[in-house]
Amino acid sequence: MIPAAFDYAVAESAEQAVSLLGEHGDEAKLMAGGHSLIPMMKFRLATPTMVVDVGRIDDLRYINVGSEVVSIGALTRHAELEHSTALAESCPLLAHVASKVGDPQVRHKGTLGGTLAHADPASDLPAAVLALGGTIVATGPGGVREIAAVDFFTGYFESVLADDEMITEVRVPVSTGGWSFQKFNRRAQDWAIVGVAVAESGKGVSLINMGSIPLRAGAVEAAVAGGASPAEAAALAAEGTSAPSDLNAAADYREHLARVLTERALSAAS
Amino acid sequence: MAVMGTRMLRKEDPKLLTGEAKYVDDIHAAGELWMGMVRSTHANARIDSVDVSAALEQPGVVAAYTGADLAEGYWIAPLPCAWPVTPDMLNPPHFPVAVENARYVGDIVAVVLADSRYGANDAIEHVVVMYEDLPAVTTVEVAASGDALAHPDLGTNKAYSWALDPDPDAVQAALDDSVHRVSARFVQQRLIPSAMEPRGVLAIPSPHGGDITLYSSTQVPHILKVMVAATTGIPEHSIRVIAPSVGGGFGAKLNVNADEILAVALANKLKRPIRWTESRSEAAMSTTQGRGQVQYIEIGADADGKLTAIKAHIQADLGAYMQLITPGTPLLGSFLYTGVYACPAFGFVCDGYFTNLTPTDAYRGAGRPEASYAIERGMDLLAAEVGVNPEEIRRRNYAVGGEAFENWESPSGLVFDSGNYRPNLDKALELADIAELRAEQTRRREAGDSVQLGIGMCTYVEICGLAPSRALGDLGYAAGGWEHATVRMLPTGMIEVVSGSTPHGQGHETSWAMIVADKMGIDPAHVTVLHSDTALSPLGLDTYGSRSLAVGGVAIAMATDKLIEKAKAIVAHQLEASPDDIVLDEGNLMVAGSPDTATPIQSVGFAAFSAHDLPEGMEPNLQEQVSFDPPNFAFPFGTHVAVVEVDTNTGGVDLIDYIAVDDCGNQVNPLIVEGQVHGGIVQGVAQALWECAEYDDHGTPLNPSLMDYLVPSPTEVPSMTVDSTVTPSTTNPLGVKGVGEAGTIGSAAAAINAVVDALSPYGISDIEMPASPQRLWRLINAAQEGAST
Amino acid sequence: MQVGMTVNGEAHEADAEPRTLLVHHIREAVGLTGTNIGCDTSSCGACTIHIDGEPVKSCTMLAVQANGADITTIEGMAADDGTLHPMQQAFMENHGLQCGYCTPGMVMAATSLLQENPSPTEAEVRQGLEGNLCRCTGYHNIVKAVLAAAEGE
Repeated sequence: MIPAAFDYAVAESAEQAVSLLGEHGDEAKLMAGGHSLIPMMKFRLATPTMVVDVGRIDDLRYINVGSEVVSIGALTRHAELEHSTALAESCPLLAHVASKVGDPQVRHKGTLGGTLAHADPASDLPAAVLALGGTIVATGPGGVREIAAVDFFTGYFESVLADDEMITEVRVPVSTGGWSFQKFNRRAQDWAIVGVAVAESGKGVSLINMGSIPLRAGAVEAAVAGGASPAEAAALAAEGTSAPSDLNAAADYREHLARVLTERALSAAS
Repeated sequence: MAVMGTRMLRKEDPKLLTGEAKYVDDIHAAGELWMGMVRSTHANARIDSVDVSAALEQPGVVAAYTGADLAEGYWIAPLPCAWPVTPDMLNPPHFPVAVENARYVGDIVAVVLADSRYGANDAIEHVVVMYEDLPAVTTVEVAASGDALAHPDLGTNKAYSWALDPDPDAVQAALDDSVHRVSARFVQQRLIPSAMEPRGVLAIPSPHGGDITLYSSTQVPHILKVMVAATTGIPEHSIRVIAPSVGGGFGAKLNVNADEILAVALANKLKRPIRWTESRSEAAMSTTQGRGQVQYIEIGADADGKLTAIKAHIQADLGAYMQLITPGTPLLGSFLYTGVYACPAFGFVCDGYFTNLTPTDAYRGAGRPEASYAIERGMDLLAAEVGVNPEEIRRRNYAVGGEAFENWESPSGLVFDSGNYRPNLDKALELADIAELRAEQTRRREAGDSVQLGIGMCTYVEICGLAPSRALGDLGYAAGGWEHATVRMLPTGMIEVVSGSTPHGQGHETSWAMIVADKMGIDPAHVTVLHSDTALSPLGLDTYGSRSLAVGGVAIAMATDKLIEKAKAIVAHQLEASPDDIVLDEGNLMVAGSPDTATPIQSVGFAAFSAHDLPEGMEPNLQEQVSFDPPNFAFPFGTHVAVVEVDTNTGGVDLIDYIAVDDCGNQVNPLIVEGQVHGGIVQGVAQALWECAEYDDHGTPLNPSLMDYLVPSPTEVPSMTVDSTVTPSTTNPLGVKGVGEAGTIGSAAAAINAVVDALSPYGISDIEMPASPQRLWRLINAAQEGAST
Repeated sequence: MQVGMTVNGEAHEADAEPRTLLVHHIREAVGLTGTNIGCDTSSCGACTIHIDGEPVKSCTMLAVQANGADITTIEGMAADDGTLHPMQQAFMENHGLQCGYCTPGMVMAATSLLQENPSPTEAEVRQGLEGNLCRCTGYHNIVKAVLAAAEGE
């Protein structure tokens, strides 16, 4: 289980990374922590001929808490989110979700930007950013653009990010209202079989591993807004989802888990 | 100095803790070549063509071979199966590289040699193999149906039928006459053993021909040496096998593998070192798997719930080929389907079937966890049928009324060395505080709590100390079951022990030193243990079947006794006393009652070495050897109690407590005993709750990585309460039994009994392993739907 | 390309293909084989080392990513005179290892765990080691060892 050969370049800045991507086209891949890319390369599910290492752009490792928005550099590692008191005070959901990703070693290498760009519907942090109504800032050859998290994901491991764009920042609102994160799996280190993130007492509800992308549970959010109880709202959790079936769970079981976990999350967050 | 029974820290640990220990992949030889295996991606297929030409063009590639290339001149016999369980057992020839047909996903179809690990890994992608698919047999039940044939040329999937069933009519009659009758079908899913160290080999030829040294991550260097000779035709005395540090085995390194034979054959031919280390994903195909049975058990009892008959029929999934002890593995459990119970009528039949899956073979417990599971799940079913609690049905049926016994003839005909079951159960239930657990369970049931509590127990017995050679011969096993030990005192008084037993985590260096030190009354630090290298330890039968202490350890004790006798004779000669008057007291030999004659036993080493003044006719040196062949097996037993919480909303199971009281006879080092039990418990619980080698309908493995195959992590299991009772074995002079497999043999049944107990208010009486959340959720759903209609 | 790193206090420079996994580089180019490989999916943690003081799985990192890094492996834990690191000592005293294969990774992960949380509960120890698999010990004595090491500090 060894990656296929590739060329390697270190980008000292986002601009340099973008220009390297432009040079090498869709055969190039950005690598931040590498914890999504390297496993795929080892199994040769990914065989880029050029890897652009953005992991050394320390300028993009920061957590800036403003009065309304928390701005997080794309290369901020999960462990940094997990242990940041500023984040725990301004956006506890995100800090908590970061502490539930993988295991400590993974959290010391994995980055927020990397996990969003990877766009795995089973990942925890994309769902948290989604529930929070976050914004993803991407830098491309034409400059910087902001993409609402809800518009970011387009399919299984796919996003609106262009081949020559790089996530440089993630913004989430300061969010100290009721929150909860419910992750169901068989081993703590594993991906969620189903997960639910709730922000602001149910204004934002998102689902992990219930479709080809991280999903907002729109029907649940609407029900909560209309005054429904956690149980009533959670009954709608599987609406609009297209849950996958795999060894751990068939779609109908996932739908059931989504309802159970949503009720728990809404109750805990209310 | 009393050493036996103390919690001495392990001599092995400093090397392992500092990274100094060398596993196979840590060892290199100049000029070595890496093997890359091209493995079949089809479970059953004709191989139309194998084209290695593009691979040969890759940088660093030295050679590439198809099965046809290797068919002549590399080996003289197929891979060995040492256990033809019946005279007419079918055993299709199994060569290291397939020639005409691939019979499972993972079957080797070509081999590439390159000058680097990465080069070999790259090159195998350039080998082009064309297959013509045949219908694949992917479950043992399909195999039994005969709807498809794993080996079409055999005309059947059934490899053998083996019975321990002297009077089937009597068993049936006893069942028919029983007041209470339960029957069940249990599935022992396939397990991937998953020792943390993947297997690896390194074969180093002598550059000028002749000798060859094989490093292998194996439990069985001695057996491997014989089999390499028999398979390759290289003379046995030219082969040296070394098992360096071995990172766990659990039965899956008790084999003679295609890679081992390939490495030796290619190294011998090319006169270059050849190596290979399996990747974890490869291991799911290239290393044998465990379990793989469908069991049918019928149990009869009288009005009081006393057993009247037990009938067991199992279908064993052998996989695509017979590996070393594939056919015999399920039979190791045959004698234990009556568990710790008295039962007047017993019959057992095992049908072994080929499938197009990775071969099965020994896996921690090997046949015995399966048997224990069947009878201990069955006893819970019987308890429910009779209307008594699980401990009561067990008490009513224990051998010899649960009292202490020696040499009891069990229903299978084997004589259990010793037992004392009732106090063992009582101790476990007391430690578990069963009354409080049941009260809490009742509270939750009455409150309709969504998280229900379940308490499960198991009283198991196992067969350890494999084995009396004669008994193995009766079972058709090709080798014996003795173990060899040499104990020598060096001129400076230090002791070297040479053991044929081959550790891979069990702490032999510590335990063997303790046995010798205790007998001699010396410091265990003065004893070193040599092992796992056939040049240092030419005689041995290795480590499996919880045999090391009860056979190998006993051999060391006996050799030590002989050495002490010789030392006594030397000292007696020096003191002009009779050897019969010499006693050994805390490391000193002396004339009984005359402490002024005290001579440190360690000083005798030099006297024996210099040989200036030995008794007339005595050979110089202090070195004694024993090959111990045990007169009987040893039968450890124990009671395990598992406590689980089941979240009835999600189906999730949480093992919250585990209590084990094991009886392995006398203990050399309780620290090591407890460690063996802890690990065994988690391995058995892992079968109950998490692990299963999954395949699709085409026979393709679905979870061949540690990401998808759920070896439990620290967060899934609790700390455990482990205690013991001590009922010495009558089989050997140390009174020891064996404990390596105990935890695994007791724990799967205890865990499932607990889950079933939690869900019994729903009318659920059985749950197939692993008790995954989805499986439980479906059962609960079905039960609720059934209740509402 | 040329890759330089400090390993257990000693500077080391070697050529490495960009695709070389850090664990292979450490084991084969640097020649320190104490760091083990137990899987290919970042699941087992046997390859855990410290990079600039933080625990990482060296099978899921490229050697080039560690260019210029300060690395500690299991070989760098004991004192120069051979005295075991307190975590190694605690593993020995509590029989927290059997075959020893997961042990280097366990010790490295456990040491980091105590750096981040010097007085963990049992549950926190288990969570902190969630990325490390052991097949021998059932974790009981590993957890005991880490708690004992915390107690001793």
